[in-house]
Formats: sequence, C-alpha cells, structure tokens
Amino acid sequence: MTLAAYTITDTYFLVVAALLFTIGAVGVLTRKNVLVMFMCVELMLNAVNLTFVAFAHALDDVAGQVIVFFTLVVAAAEVAVGLAIIVAIFRRRRHATADDLDALKG
Amino acid sequence: MIAFVFFLAAAAALVGALGVVLARNPVHSALFLVQTLVSVAVLFLLRDAELLAAVQVIVYASAIVVLFVFVIMLLGVDRAESMEDRIPYQRPAAFALGIVLLLEILVLAGHEWATGQHTARGVPLHGGGFGGNVERVARVLFTDFLWAFETTAVLLVIAVVGAVVLARRSGRRDGAPDDEVTA
Repeated sequence: MTLAAYTITDTYFLVVAALLFTIGAVGVLTRKNVLVMFMCVELMLNAVNLTFVAFAHALDDVAGQVIVFFTLVVAAAEVAVGLAIIVAIFRRRRHATADDLDALKG
Repeated sequence: MIAFVFFLAAAAALVGALGVVLARNPVHSALFLVQTLVSVAVLFLLRDAELLAAVQVIVYASAIVVLFVFVIMLLGVDRAESMEDRIPYQRPAAFALGIVLLLEILVLAGHEWATGQHTARGVPLHGGGFGGNVERVARVLFTDFLWAFETTAVLLVIAVVGAVVLARRSGRRDGAPDDEVTA
C-alpha cells in the first residue's frame, strides 16, 4: 500500500496530539530551567488545540475552532504574566531553575 | 498527497517537541518550539482550519516565541543547565508517569473518543451558505461566544497590568538593590 492511498482520519490527528501532550508533560516534569518548562507547557496547550481542531472536523462544527481562539488568548496572557514572573524571580535570585525556588521548603 | 503532508508535518512536530525537551540550550529549545508550532499549523490546514493556521503562525510562532527568546537573552540564561537532579529518582519517575499518561490518553482514544452528535445550531465547516472559514469562525465567535469574547478583553487587560506590575522594580527610588532572599 503506497503512502498516497492512505486515508488520513481524525484519529491520526488525535494520536499526534496525544504524543505531543505527553512529550510536553514529561518535559515539564524533567527540565529544571523555568523557561524551558514554560515552553513545554506551550507544547501541551498546542496539543489540546490540535485536539479541538480535529474534533471540529470530526463533528463538522466550527465551534471547536472558536474554542482554540480562546485558548490562544489565554496562552498569550499566560506567557505575558509568566515571563514577567520569571524576570522578577531572576532579578532577585540570579538563577532561573526550579531547584533554586525552594524558599518555602520546610 | 494529503497523507504525505500529514506524515511529514506530524514527524516534524514530534521531532520538534522532542527537541524542546532534550535540547540543553534554551535558545535551541525555542527554535525547536517554532518548528513544532509551524508543523501544527500545517496540521490545522489539513483539518480545514485555515484561519487558525494563520493565527498560529502569526501569534504563536512569531509573537510568543520572540517573547521567549527576548527573555532568554535579557536574562542571559542561554547556557546549559546542570542535569543532576536533587531527587535522584525524579527522571525515571517522570518517564514512567509520562508513559502512564500516554496510555491513559490512548485508552480514552480507543473507547471514549467516538464522537457523538454535534449541536443542531452549530455552523458546519463546509456548505450551508456561510462563506469561507474566516466568515464561519467570525459568525460563531460574535454570536454564540460573544460573552466569552468580551471576557477575553478583560483577561488581556488584567494580564497586561499584572505583567507590568510584576516586571517593574519595586517602588523605591533610592537606587538600592532589591532584597536578596537567601535560601
């Protein structure tokens, strides 16, 4: 069976989204640089966006794409506030790794 | 042809995602993130989301990633981080949790992602005399989702004010450095 004969269904997109989400989640858990953790959160958000778009196609309803719009807005707001927090932390601590942020450690 | 584009874009997206996680240098992570975002935009195109593909490239791959790179350069953290963990079993535990998460999602995919009926008033992706993709998205955005749309304006204002408040130096004018919090 040649590649051109493949029919790409919505399930393929959902599987790609699941893989992207998992990679992002493992990245958040393993990386220590706060900025890279942030990028991994963006990966997870993108995976969910892809799921929404795939479902919008599966259900033949454009509302799923509108939801992605709101996700984009929330992601933009999150990046603005999150990077401001990172800058504020870095100004005080001179480090931007999660291991340094242990001021509340018992 | 569509299959070829799909597999190419999906492979590029996954390789980019792995690059974000595995690259030691944060700048490389940001560039891999661009690769993933553009590939996801291609996947959007394949699912008839033309407007979202454009927005993805314009807002995500340009604006947000530029903001990331800007902060990386501002803070000078473009050096490799140390890879030893404070908790020795953190990395294997993270991989195990990731595999569990993936299996959970895939099990859900096999059992619960069978989609049901969509709402009767929904605007379809094609046909029905609604015009192009932009027009369809706009019609739903400014009718059914108008309240949520107006709320996003409030959210953005709050985010901008919060970012300014967080990022400025604390209110003293005497030039004294900020308090060093010692661990």
